[in-house]
Parts: sequence; structure tokens; C-alpha cells
Amino acid sequence: MTAVTEDTKDAATELPRLLPPPENKRAHDWPAHADRHGRLPYRERPGTLIRDIEAAGLTGRGGAAFPVHRKLQAVLDAADKRRRTPTVIANGAESEPASDKDATLLWLSPHLVLDGLQLAAEAVGADTAILYTHVSREHDVGGRLREALQARQAAGADRVPVQLAQAPARFLSGQETALVNHLSGGPAIPTFMPPRITERGLRGVPTLVQNAETLAHLALIARKGPRWFRSVGTDAEPGSMLATIRRADGRPRISEIPLGIPLKDLTGEVSPDSAVLIGGYHGTWLSGGEARALTLDNRSLARAQARVGAGIVITLPPDRCGLVETARVVRYLALESAGQCGPCLNGLPRIAAALAEIAGGRARPQAVADVERWSGLVTGRGACHHPDGTTRFVRSALRTFAAEVDRHQRGRCSATATRPFLPVPEAAAHTEQDWI
Amino acid sequence: MAEKLLVNPIDCEGHGVCAELLPEAITMDEWGYPVVDPHPLPPGLERNARAAVSACPTLALRLTRS
Amino acid sequence: MSGINSSTALWYTSRATGVVALLLLTAVMLLGLLVTRQGRLPGLPRFAVSGLHRNLSLLATAFVAVHVLSAVTDGYVNIPITATVIPLTSTYERLWLGLGAVSFDLMLAAVVTSLLRGHLSRKAWRAVHLTAYVSWPVAWVHSVFSSGDLQHGPLLYLAIVCALAVIAAAIWRVSAAGRDVPRAERVSLLMSAVHSKAQRHPPGGARRGERTLSQ
Repeated sequence: MTAVTEDTKDAATELPRLLPPPENKRAHDWPAHADRHGRLPYRERPGTLIRDIEAAGLTGRGGAAFPVHRKLQAVLDAADKRRRTPTVIANGAESEPASDKDATLLWLSPHLVLDGLQLAAEAVGADTAILYTHVSREHDVGGRLREALQARQAAGADRVPVQLAQAPARFLSGQETALVNHLSGGPAIPTFMPPRITERGLRGVPTLVQNAETLAHLALIARKGPRWFRSVGTDAEPGSMLATIRRADGRPRISEIPLGIPLKDLTGEVSPDSAVLIGGYHGTWLSGGEARALTLDNRSLARAQARVGAGIVITLPPDRCGLVETARVVRYLALESAGQCGPCLNGLPRIAAALAEIAGGRARPQAVADVERWSGLVTGRGACHHPDGTTRFVRSALRTFAAEVDRHQRGRCSATATRPFLPVPEAAAHTEQDWI
Repeated sequence: MAEKLLVNPIDCEGHGVCAELLPEAITMDEWGYPVVDPHPLPPGLERNARAAVSACPTLALRLTRS
Repeated sequence: MSGINSSTALWYTSRATGVVALLLLTAVMLLGLLVTRQGRLPGLPRFAVSGLHRNLSLLATAFVAVHVLSAVTDGYVNIPITATVIPLTSTYERLWLGLGAVSFDLMLAAVVTSLLRGHLSRKAWRAVHLTAYVSWPVAWVHSVFSSGDLQHGPLLYLAIVCALAVIAAAIWRVSAAGRDVPRAERVSLLMSAVHSKAQRHPPGGARRGERTLSQ
């Protein structure tokens, strides 16, 4: 049994790969999927797919960009060492409000994600598979997924039965330990690691949590090989990814783009004194000038202390105030704290209040210094990266909008529109039930 | 063998006992929670570190091999 | 001189160590309640509260052990050794000694689980530790009723003071726990608190093309 599959050389650089061609309206159906992509290429032995994934250089598309083969291998090794059968979970929680790519992928190409889930299950020898999604306001994603699973069952495609589970509408619900906590019957709040969930996760077994889009890429690599995957993207960061792009009109567009694409191809023309947000609400604000010079890959973005994250690229319209938008988002992020860890619980609300003061032009002189101090105090001191991501977002705002901060401290603001631009959910959590 | 201190921030309730027993490696932030030096412990401090770990009322402080 | 023999000495040892044990256990209870409220003893560092709680509990265990063994070894009344841990197996003062055995069992469980705390789940340790709320009152009843010592004179006052102190501390602890904010409400509560503390500053001078921020 060879470890590496034969490469296909058809249209190697043609995108989209994950999303169906736009004219194909029934692409989500099983017959259309089977037609376009062929049968599920089971390997018949755990572990054999992992080498291909390593050769392909696939990294997680949920935001952390962790090498997928390492996670698969960790779960497989833990399963061998502890003699427990693993569980695999497809993470479609997409709890980042500005992101829409996983919901879109599950709506348009559910079978690719489900294929990937089966192949990942086989690769680690799992006997349980779960697809974790959030409730979409626009589409009945749950209904479409149930249909998809029924069609697969009728075709005998799935070897491991798949359970559907729903994520509560919390920012942290997609965090992998919070996800496992919730599936165990608890609230969707993080738990402290060690032990890592690849060692001991849901019901104490080694658990693989992989973003839904990552599994879709995996399903295609299994069919077309690592070289095909690497034919787009950069050498260090190969492949394509789904990006959620918002320009001045605020509507999200989902595009499948090659890693390394110039940011200006995504944002359109951006004036030097406007701003671009890369990576969502745990991401980084860049000035228009900075963004023009960068490409969407971690190596390039690192020069501006930014990361690709889950592929969210938002252009702030020039008539909006970046500080006001940031303050609104940080208020939401603070309210979404699990409230378990002293530094996060204490720091985030105070940072949010100070930013609200700064945005409102009524800040005390030491407000910015306070925000910097609190940001330093909370970073790295929680059980999860919520405080870290929030402070990255905050500090990048203070840096990119420094001139605006000065204006606000004189009681002035350069924005002419006050309508909120960045999408921020209204519902805050008040009781334990809101986390379940 | 170098060891590092680690706080489980979920279990930590900010009693402050650790910072009293090991001020060389642990200070308290303005809200009463421990700020732990991330570097490996200097050799002389190991005994005091173990005392601090044992004295924590919620067993939130741990020593790990680094 | 009345016959003070080894048996009487043992009997007096049991009674004396019993009194001291009750005092120590009262202190342990008060300190334990203080730890949970992150309270402090005036003039002493924080680690003194938890440290004393632990050390006195071990000392109390020692005193209880001597109290129990001397009562069993003494020949004046017949108390089988099993009666120290199995309630109601003594013929002498069957009920009151039985309560002593119950209290002793619970106390041993609390001490042993605390010594092995690293190997237990948080919930298991806490469940056993909370039995102190039962163990102490039972020990008090055992102390007052199994001999006449604490039923008159200074020792009676001592017993009453101990009871009042523990009751007061327990009420303080439980009422404070009633004001504890559930996890899910903590952050929204703190948000309201810090936002209402935000101070205001009047806006500065105007410049062309800029909007005034309204208060």
C-alpha cells in the first residue's frame, strides 16, 4: 500500500476548490458531489493519510494555523499509548461574528466536510464523529446537514456515524476545550490544559478537533495528492483558504483565495489613512498604507504583527471612526469572557470601559496608559487565549488610530457616520443557561 | 532538572498565599492574582516553591518539569 | 489519698485531651471558615491562616488519637477499640460515644483526603471536607454529654463560647456565600460597575472638518 497518492494534474491552479462553481445550484447534493469529486478514498488503515497531509503542509483553517499532520499524529499516538479509541470533531462553531466562511462551506459543500471527517476518523482510528455547528440566521444549515447525512447513509458512504451538535451563541464556544466541555454536558467555557484534548478530551479519550474548512481541504488532498494542494499558495504556507471579506458596504463576501494573495486584491483600493482589520476580533488593525504592501500569509503579516487567523479581511470605510468601532467590539469581547480567570474577568471590562471613554471623547488623561497596563496584565494569564487576542486587537487599534486618539482627547472625531459598521451580536450572556 | 511554576487560572481565587511564600518568583497584580515568573526556577528556590505549591488553598499552583 | 493508679491517670488523660481536642477543633473550624472568605488574622501574613488551619488540624488529630486510645486502654470502663470508629458498639455511654465515633470518622476522612489532595478530584475533596459542618457539632455534643465535665463550671462556659463562635463564623461564611456572584453573571456585573465609574472631561477646542463628540 503506497503512502502517497497519485497526483492529478487537472487544472492545478484553478480555484475555487472547496466551493462549487457559482452556476451550480445543486452542488450540495450527494449525486453532484460524487460526480465532481468521486468516491471517498478510504485508506483502509489508520495513519496512512497522515504522511500525505504532512507532505501537503496543510495547516488548520480555524485561526491557529497548527500543522494538521501533527495534530492527527498526536491523537493517534495518544490512542496507542492509552489504548483508548479516539473521537473526531468537526468544528463549525464559527463563533467569530465577522466570519461567515464555515457556515457558507457547510451550506454549499457539506459533503466535502463530511468526507474529511470520515477520513480523519479513519486516520486516527476513531469510532465517534461529531459535527459541531452554530445556528445560522440565514440558512437552515442543520436541515441541509441532516439531509446530507441521510443521503450518505443511503449510499453507505460513512463508516463512522456522525452526530450533529449545536454550539451556543458565545464567542468562546468554538474554543476547543470549551467545545469539549459543552459536548460533555457543561457550559461552553474553556478548561485548563494540561492535559491537552489530543491526550484526554471528550469522555476522557484522545480527541481531534479540526475546523470544518480544514477537513474539506483534507478530503481533497486525499483524492488529489499533496502536490496538487501545493500548486497554489506559498511554499511556506501552501494551499487555498476561504476568506470573509467585507468592504465599505459591510456585506460579507466569501472568496476562496490562494495564501499569499496581495491584500489589496481583497480590499480593493484603500487610501493610506483608512484602516484594514485582518483576522477578526482577535486580529490586528493595519493602516491602509501598511495593508497595501502586504500579502495574506503569516510570513508577510508578521512584519506588521498580524496573522491570517480565520481569513477575515475588513476594510473600514473612511467615514467611520476606528476607535468607536473598536470600543463596541471590545465591549462585546469583555461580556463574552467566561469570567473564570481573575485577570481576564477584571481586566477586560476595565479595558472596555476605558476604550468607551476614549471613543466618547471623555477619557481621563491616563486612560490610554491604563489600557496599555491592563493589556500587559491580562496577556497570557487566562486559561485560554481570549484575553491575549482581545489585547492584540486593542493595542493594534491604539497604534493604528493614534492620530484619532489625539483628536478624541481634544473632544473631536474625524468620522462623519455614526451607524455601527462591524457586526456585533446584541445578546449578552446573563445566566448559566446562556452558555449551554 | 529545571522546574517551572504554573498557575491554573481557573482554580486560582487570588488568596495570595503563594506570593507571600515565594516573592522572588511570584508577585500580585492590582486585583490580587498571582503574576508568576515564566523562567525556570533558580536552584535555591525549589524548597520554597514546593512550600508555596503545598500552601495554596485551592491547589492552583503547580511545579512542572520544563 | 484516694487511689490514683495508672487506670485513673489514663482516664484523666482521656478527659483532658478531649477538652483540648475540642478547643483545637474549634480553632480549626474558625480558621477554615476564615480561609474560605480570604480573611486574615490581624498582624499575621496570609499564609498564617491556611497554615495554622492545617497544622492545628494535625495537632487536633493527635490529641483526639490520644483521647481515644487512653479511653480504650483504661480499664475502669470497658470500651472496645472498635467503638472508636464504629458507632454504638460501646456499652458505656453508648449514644454519646457513638457520636464521638461518627465525628472521629468524618474528621479522619477530612484529614486523609486533605493529605492526599493532589490525587483527588476537586469535587471529591470538597465533598468530604464539607462534612466538617457535621463533624464539629457532633464532636461538641459528644464532648458535652459523654461525661459531666463540660456540664458545669468554667468548662461549661468554654463549651458555650466555642459553640457560639462556630455558629457565628458559620453564619458569616454562609451569608457571604449567598452574596457570591455565579460565574455567568460576574462579568456583566463588573462591566456595569466599571462603566458607571467612568469619569467625564469637557471637550477641547474645535477644528475645521472635525466633529464634536457629544457627551
